[in-house]
Amino acid sequence: MLKIAYYPGCSGQGTSLEYDSSTRAVCKALGVELVDVPDWSCCGSTPAHTVNHVLSSALSARNLAQVEVMGMDKVTTPCPSCLTNLRTAAHKMEDPEFKAKSNALLDVPCNNTVDAQSVLQVLAENVDPELIKSKVVKPLTGIKIACYYGCIMNRPPEVMKFDHHENPMAMDNLMALLGAEVVPFPLKVECCGASYGIPRGDIVHKLSGKLLDAGRDVGADAFVTACPLCQMNLDLRQRQINDALRENFRIPVFYYTQLLGYALGIDRAELGFEKLCVDPRLALGRIKQPAQAM
Amino acid sequence: MRIGVFICHCGSNIAGTVDCPSVAATALKYPDVVFSTDTMYACSEPGQDAIIQAVKEKNLDGVVVASCTPRMHEQTFRRAVERAGLNRYMFEMANIREHVSWIGKTKDLNTGKASELVRMAVEKLRRNRPLTAKRFETTKRVLVIGGGVAGIQAALDCADGGQEVVLVEREQSIGGKMAKLDKTFPTVDCSSCVLGPKMVDIAQHPKITLYTCSEVESVGGYVGNFQVTVRRKATYVDWTKCTGCGLCVEKCPSRKHPDPFNENLCNAPSINIPFPQAIPKKAAINPVSCLMLTKGKCGACAKVCPVKCIDFEQKDELVTVDVGAIVVATGYDLFDWHKYPQYGEGRYKDVITSMQYERLLSASGPTGGHVKRPSDGKEPKNVVFIQCVGSRDKSVNRPYCSGFCCMYTAKQAILTKDHIPDSQSYVFYMDIRSPGKLYDEFTRRAMEEYGAQYVRGRVAMIYPKGDKLIVRGADTLAGTQVEVPADLVVLAVGAEAAKGAVQLGEKLRVAPDQYGFFVESHPKLKPVETNTAGVFLAGACQGPKDIPASVGQGSAAAAKVLGLLSKAMLESDPAVSRVNPARCVGCGKCIQTCPFGAIKEVQDRFGNPKAEVIDTVCQGCGICTVTCPQGAIQLEHFTDNQILAEVNALCPPKMFANYE
Repeated sequence: MLKIAYYPGCSGQGTSLEYDSSTRAVCKALGVELVDVPDWSCCGSTPAHTVNHVLSSALSARNLAQVEVMGMDKVTTPCPSCLTNLRTAAHKMEDPEFKAKSNALLDVPCNNTVDAQSVLQVLAENVDPELIKSKVVKPLTGIKIACYYGCIMNRPPEVMKFDHHENPMAMDNLMALLGAEVVPFPLKVECCGASYGIPRGDIVHKLSGKLLDAGRDVGADAFVTACPLCQMNLDLRQRQINDALRENFRIPVFYYTQLLGYALGIDRAELGFEKLCVDPRLALGRIKQPAQAM
Repeated sequence: MRIGVFICHCGSNIAGTVDCPSVAATALKYPDVVFSTDTMYACSEPGQDAIIQAVKEKNLDGVVVASCTPRMHEQTFRRAVERAGLNRYMFEMANIREHVSWIGKTKDLNTGKASELVRMAVEKLRRNRPLTAKRFETTKRVLVIGGGVAGIQAALDCADGGQEVVLVEREQSIGGKMAKLDKTFPTVDCSSCVLGPKMVDIAQHPKITLYTCSEVESVGGYVGNFQVTVRRKATYVDWTKCTGCGLCVEKCPSRKHPDPFNENLCNAPSINIPFPQAIPKKAAINPVSCLMLTKGKCGACAKVCPVKCIDFEQKDELVTVDVGAIVVATGYDLFDWHKYPQYGEGRYKDVITSMQYERLLSASGPTGGHVKRPSDGKEPKNVVFIQCVGSRDKSVNRPYCSGFCCMYTAKQAILTKDHIPDSQSYVFYMDIRSPGKLYDEFTRRAMEEYGAQYVRGRVAMIYPKGDKLIVRGADTLAGTQVEVPADLVVLAVGAEAAKGAVQLGEKLRVAPDQYGFFVESHPKLKPVETNTAGVFLAGACQGPKDIPASVGQGSAAAAKVLGLLSKAMLESDPAVSRVNPARCVGCGKCIQTCPFGAIKEVQDRFGNPKAEVIDTVCQGCGICTVTCPQGAIQLEHFTDNQILAEVNALCPPKMFANYE
């Protein structure tokens, strides 16, 4: 059994509870043991690195140091924003001078020996696709899915070092493995507007609106994402977008772990479909029952 | 021995940081130096005359000139020394410009270093001996590799100059890239109409032998006497009988293979004549897709052929030709744009290359000259051109400018408007590079008369929206992001070295540069020569070039060939390796290491094996001299004694007392 340190990130405690719980459930089902990083703290998110790079690095380095204390060399997080901060901190600390500055802010210095990976990367690289296929009890046959990766999970490529930075395929492959019809969504790595949702809603309305529009164009019944902020902008703000753009999108936006969990037959309570703002029942209804799929 | 030393000022190039009179005065103290002076420009006519005069007046038998690099003027001074009545090898050059004055700023140190270099040259010259070149005959025949427009021009000019020409072309027809083009800039005249007559001339010229579907297999020999083996690939059609009637092409049932001449926009029959003006106009079978050759059944072409020229048993044939000179005109290939993820990596059918667009514009193309986009055959209204795809981009290892894309894009924008009057073209560009006669006027015409919208900026991504492609880029002049809904996107792909160029270069001993283009002998003064004597370059194999430049270089290469072969006899460089048979033990190590195959094994009169150097093949590289375990091989003009004398002059052996 693969044992790996797990960094849930702040949003997993709040706006994306269902991402955290479905991630834990899916990993458990697939034989990946997640060990919570003890006493983990916020990665600093966007505010920290816009103010001070050393401070931002130190916030992430503290968590990496915690993983080192656990005696582990790999940590995984579901949130791409956390991942970016963890990996950027590690990348910057390759410079000894920077590392010294960052460590000066910490009680326990970080040796920079930990590799941070997204849960998606762990699943894509460490779990045998055949194993996943064999555990599928409810194939996603019949639903058309657009996979949306967001702008930071794969970029910049020299820091993230996972999948293709313009046309990533990890989620596409996973969804296809589960039996879903993956539509060729062209804006996989476009920006959703991110945290501009708070100060400048109009930007998110425009950018996320474009994503929803492109998804509708290619006939998607639903989106899957791997990012809490992307999910929030597309899902929670979908009604605002409709109002602003005079549209009537009704496309549910799942975390990929939710649909993976659904296909693996995990208890619905752990998947948290009820947390979604856009009602997913219509889309889920398109999934043919196993008997029909035959 | 009586040696004269001349220290050149080279204006202020040398004298600026070297005390030339002092170097000359010091030189007078060196052994055997009887005359020493400094001169303003040694290479000038009065400078050379002064050398000749000094040789005669002072009765010199060796000359040292300290000036620039020998690559610049060694030949000049050797000829001057020869005019003075000395052997041309009784001359040495000390490089006190590139190696001293240009790289050091301290005058004292420079003067000292210059004196030491002069001393080395004197010590070498003291051990030089007169050498005489051997003379040999040449084969009056030329090989031209590549039948694009550059090769065609070179072949025609050589043949018109009276030489026999063998033209070897890899494809089925000559014509190269130019045959695929619809129109040419800046005149917008029909490409095949301009090229066609020249192609016909090739076919009809009595002095030209044309081998298409052929590749150079191996090259041996040396300038004036090359032996070249050409592989004539099986076409499965007896070309002595084929009349090019095209019946077989009509009847061929196997049409699932993409047509490379039409840039894979459509399929071609397995037996095909690539285009109406093809030279030679003969059919050839593609063995990869032919049903008879792959599955053993069909033979429709053999049934309909009125002259019974189909031969499924045909095999490749090797032909050996003796030639005196070789012109390489292998052209270029187009950059594979799939390396750019932002253009969709091939996911979008309506993103095509500029060469594919040429075929769509061409009346002999797959759409008969009606522009139809590949996805649904609709006529595009908004056409977006993206320039610099694989040019000026370090990230894909193509930092160079391909030179002709700005011009052909302007041409295609003009043609788009001609074909589809209610269309609108957009051109994303980095800079417009249009130097050349009537070139800049042409790009301006595309903008001003034909209304092409030029947007300065790079394209970040292309994505589909409905049946359109949205092209998103930066407009760096307006400082904004732009999105253009396009029906068709044309990528102005840059030029890169032709596939197989590096391998051919190995056979010809012509070095490719870091991008695979062949390196000329001198970037300014020897643009069509290579460092291998008798091998010349023409066209884009040396670097990206447009048609006028390629044709010009084809003619230039032909002039060089005609000049070379106009001599009754050629002289070989006497600075070659020489085997001392008394020392040679016949181990044969030199034969193995010689990269030019210039050493052969012979037997002396007792039947012992000995190495012998073939003077005309030896390039004087010296690898054999350091390989020989017996020290039996010496390189003339660079003998161990000569080189050690230079080393000793620089680091005189001294005795140090050590009292510790």
